[in-house]
Amino acid sequence: MKVGLFIPCYVDQFYPGAAIACLQLLEKLGVDVVYPKNQTCCGQPMANSGFEHLTGGCNDLFIKNFSEFDYVVGPSGSCVLHLKEHLHNHDNPEIATTLSNKLYEFTSFLTDVLKVKSLPARFPHKVGVHQSCHGQRGLHLSQMTELVAPEFSKPGSLLNMVKDIELIHLNRKDECCGFGGTFCVAEEAVSSKMGKDRVEDHLHNGAEYITGVDMSCLMHMEGILHRQGSKVKVLHIAEILNGE
Amino acid sequence: MSEIQNTTNHADLAEVFNNDEARVDWHDETLWWIRSKRDVAVNKISNWEVLRETASQIKHNVLSNLNNYLQQFEGNAIANGIIVHWAADATEHNQIVLSILRKHSIGQMVKSKSMLTEECHLNDFLEENGINVIDSDLGERIVQLAKEMPSHIVLPCIHKKKEEIGELFHQHLGTPAGNADPQFLTETARQHLRDTFLTRRAALTGVNFAIAETGEFVVCTNEGNADMGAHLADVHIASMGIEKIIPERKHLGVFLRLLTRSATGQPITTYSSHFKRPNKGKEMHIIIVDNGRSIQLGREDFRNSLKCIRCGACMNTCPVYRRSGGHSYHNAISGPIGSILAPNLDMEKYADLPFASTLCGSCTNVCPVKIDIHQQLYKWRQVIVKNGYVPAAKTASMKIMDWTLSSPTAYHTAGKAGRLVLEYAPFMVNNKLNPWYKHRDMPEPPKESFGEWYKKNRK
Repeated sequence: MKVGLFIPCYVDQFYPGAAIACLQLLEKLGVDVVYPKNQTCCGQPMANSGFEHLTGGCNDLFIKNFSEFDYVVGPSGSCVLHLKEHLHNHDNPEIATTLSNKLYEFTSFLTDVLKVKSLPARFPHKVGVHQSCHGQRGLHLSQMTELVAPEFSKPGSLLNMVKDIELIHLNRKDECCGFGGTFCVAEEAVSSKMGKDRVEDHLHNGAEYITGVDMSCLMHMEGILHRQGSKVKVLHIAEILNGE
Repeated sequence: MSEIQNTTNHADLAEVFNNDEARVDWHDETLWWIRSKRDVAVNKISNWEVLRETASQIKHNVLSNLNNYLQQFEGNAIANGIIVHWAADATEHNQIVLSILRKHSIGQMVKSKSMLTEECHLNDFLEENGINVIDSDLGERIVQLAKEMPSHIVLPCIHKKKEEIGELFHQHLGTPAGNADPQFLTETARQHLRDTFLTRRAALTGVNFAIAETGEFVVCTNEGNADMGAHLADVHIASMGIEKIIPERKHLGVFLRLLTRSATGQPITTYSSHFKRPNKGKEMHIIIVDNGRSIQLGREDFRNSLKCIRCGACMNTCPVYRRSGGHSYHNAISGPIGSILAPNLDMEKYADLPFASTLCGSCTNVCPVKIDIHQQLYKWRQVIVKNGYVPAAKTASMKIMDWTLSSPTAYHTAGKAGRLVLEYAPFMVNNKLNPWYKHRDMPEPPKESFGEWYKKNRK
């Protein structure tokens, strides 16, 4: 099995630690994983702003970089969802469909393809889990509080394999953090208020760390924590799962 | 009454709303409490998701055969003795109401909750024509006294604190200054409305469901105000959008179970009143209104928005709505559903609304008729951009982004430059010109990108 590692642009540029943790954990789990160096961005920032028609270049590049792999794995529910819903190729629609079918968000690749049952990780801290909306409601990584349906959580099941971790309760289990791509600047007032409220829920319930499957939400909450002078840190879930 | 709301957009109005953070917290908690009540209520129905799917399919059938159902409804209503009118738009609707009132020389009317009449700005029109209108729904009455639009389709004055309502009643209804006891204020409103009900000869109600099979219609209220108005008046006018049709009476068993559980967490509305024919010596009119709905029906991507039964659940769950208030949407119908309905009516005026969302998808999940609201918000963004209703600067920046991200070389150069700027010239980014920085710090730039790390450490 040959896996292509898809690292979203802002993770590449700002959070290399999260990407390294993904790579190392996949390697530890015996996966033959390669990072194609010419990748850039999935095109979501443009598409969500109403400019999906300008994402042709990003689509072509993504297809060029990743078509050869058996699976493509990315540590971001949001970017993966965008590609699954919107990746297309005008001349060869099938190549885009085939590729998006073998595209996985990092935690669901661990639970659904590798079927990981145990991890050698230990993380003796109180951790709040942020349910990033696109991973949760878009990719169904975990059950949604709006629905009358049985509980499950793919990221949660992996975190429960980590020794000595304590997952905290949140008052609002799956409220949006307010990042929303360009929403965070276009609607600055509401976005930052949503972020403050989300962070407050974690702080109030005693989190030492906030984790999740999407670095973009975590970046948003980190920006607020940092401004408040809080000692609470954000970590991508891969960094916890890859911990010794 | 809505002129200040036409001059600006959601982001600006929401920023003003957020100047009072304690109020935002109060508004957010109030609506979250209603969302929580909804959660408790729906979890008591084990086949809730089946019920939603059933309702969605029934409405799908209605929208696919709307012309037939409307004609069937009209025929049966006429046979029942109801006078049926057709209105192509808001102007026609308002004219029909006025002509009915003029025919009977009626100068005063009582009106129960109808979002359609808000959409048509009926009150303003009738006031201009010398007709006095009193809203009998308590929340509507409060916003009417305050000369405001409803901020929520089910809870019109949810943005008002009880102290503000006390002050309003003190000014308009003569209650003692400083009295904000909800029980007392409600009783005062009730006494005032009692007189209104007894003296008005015409009553206008909305329509929640119009049944094609029988030609009857159902009006749902918690206060019984629609019944009080309609039964005491000589003339009952019911205004309905063309999408209010359901095929058969038995389908009410699906919709009535969904409506109020979704709206407020109640098992059913206190009054779900069936109107079938006028009482002896009285008149009953139905005005069937299009006002842009058939255009929306023709938009394949947005057609499903017409399934809406106006429960307001999408507003209560929306984290943006809760923190921006209904008036920020500068439209009669606010929140996520308003944001997908309004651009159909005026794409330029409401170009901002589909962008007033993080696309979190919670609205879609609570919707009792399974409208794909957040997907439609995304699709409206594409339509609005293609029609040129976004600022030129945004288009220019998106083209630069496209150029940078389509080329690995340009991307790597820009990425490195960006990180260098953050490391050595953070003032270039961390300043008032960057909206991010107002309440949030930028991430600390790492020494190297993952790509650079990978090149050194693998192969």
